[in-house]
Amino acid sequence: MHLSAEDWTAIGLTLKLAGLTTALLLVLCTPLAWWLAHTRSRWRGPISAVVALPLVLPPTVLGFYLLVLMGPAGPLGALTQSMGLGTLPFTFAGLVVGSMAYSLPFAVQPLQRAFETLGARPLEVAATLGAGPVDRFFTIVLPLARPGFITAGILSFAHTVGEFGVVLMLGGNIPGVTRVVSVQIYDHVEALEYAQAHWLAGGMVAFSFTVLLALQWWQPERKSP
Amino acid sequence: MHFAPPPSTARSGLLGLALLACLSAPADADEVSVAVAANFIAPMQQIAAAFERESGLQVTLSSGATGKFYAQITHGAPFHVLLAADDTTPQRLEQEGRAVAGSRFTYAVGRLVLWSAQPGYVDAQGQVLRTGDFAHLAVANPKLAPYGMAAQQTLEKMGIADRLKPRWVTGENIAQTYQFVATGNAPLGFVALSQVMENGRIARGSAWQVPADMHEPIRQDAVLLKKGQGHAAARALLGYLRSEPARAVIRAYGYAF
Repeated sequence: MHLSAEDWTAIGLTLKLAGLTTALLLVLCTPLAWWLAHTRSRWRGPISAVVALPLVLPPTVLGFYLLVLMGPAGPLGALTQSMGLGTLPFTFAGLVVGSMAYSLPFAVQPLQRAFETLGARPLEVAATLGAGPVDRFFTIVLPLARPGFITAGILSFAHTVGEFGVVLMLGGNIPGVTRVVSVQIYDHVEALEYAQAHWLAGGMVAFSFTVLLALQWWQPERKSP
Repeated sequence: MHFAPPPSTARSGLLGLALLACLSAPADADEVSVAVAANFIAPMQQIAAAFERESGLQVTLSSGATGKFYAQITHGAPFHVLLAADDTTPQRLEQEGRAVAGSRFTYAVGRLVLWSAQPGYVDAQGQVLRTGDFAHLAVANPKLAPYGMAAQQTLEKMGIADRLKPRWVTGENIAQTYQFVATGNAPLGFVALSQVMENGRIARGSAWQVPADMHEPIRQDAVLLKKGQGHAAARALLGYLRSEPARAVIRAYGYAF
């Protein structure tokens, strides 16, 4: 095998970061997506736009603003310091926060689509049969919107694995803490260690392809109307 | 409402061709394309502006990490001149036949500084490195950046390299390292003197100017690349870089020769 111990550390860290980010996103984005799917509030447009921002912004912009916001002089930094947590840049927790911002639309949008497709009807029927809100969520929403959850999960995970600019700006390149695969590849390339870069980069391509292929297979059969 | 009629296909075809021609036109003989090490971009902007005024020629500057420029140049990047952050990259390019033999010279010797954005944080002798309880020390990646290598040598000479290593946060180049310190995320870090110097003095925060004998000299070499061979404007710029007006600017940013 041509991967060094440092490469493996970076791979492990990347999977941990992507896993944790995805889990947190799925939990936090479910109510948000639900609200976006059903609200008639005039805030729907602006909030949708904010959610979609990471799709359009260069990751370095996102990373730079997070660095400033989470720094000792920024509002988020002031908050975390007052809570006794110190500041978030250069920490794994900081990367999780950054990754959640970066992958937010990839979790929210599939969930929102799924909830919109679901419609109000099944829930109304369940309600007339006496099911409470929690019961309705677990027995109706979760199973019916399952493809949405799977798509959101896979996309968030894959997108976080492929993250580079945000991590570069926030991470400080600390082995085992913030040095993820994409940064490791970049370091190899910059140091002209092209052979090592190829192994990791090739692995990344194979991984991404597999994920996207899996996503195709997971899509439910489209029913003809 | 008035809608313009769609342009005829012939016209839009011509327009497309013209656009393509603009995009792919070989660089003008009056235009020099320069790859500049991140630490030298500020003085180079001044020097290039003065050169443009004097010569009527045009200079395009791209700043970045020297290692990245090396990779780009070996893959055909259209630079005429490289102002590297080290002396090994230009030498290597020359050996590989990607730079014009005999065109190399040291345009500046970089100086390292331990800097904090906070006034009074770094003392004039750098003792804060031994006594401070800072959580992070920003250093450019020694594997990639000459200033990072110099920082590591300095810490080794002080005998505190191993103790401080766990607190390192590394920038991929000196510009990013500066950003970590400037935003206050790292309370202090090793950056290039040129980044914090304005008009011959440290512009803000507090600093320890690392004595030159603490590390190997950071010799920054310029080289004429193969794409710049026979390009009179490129040679003129390299000549200007060694002139007294240019050297005055370089010195004002804290570089030595």
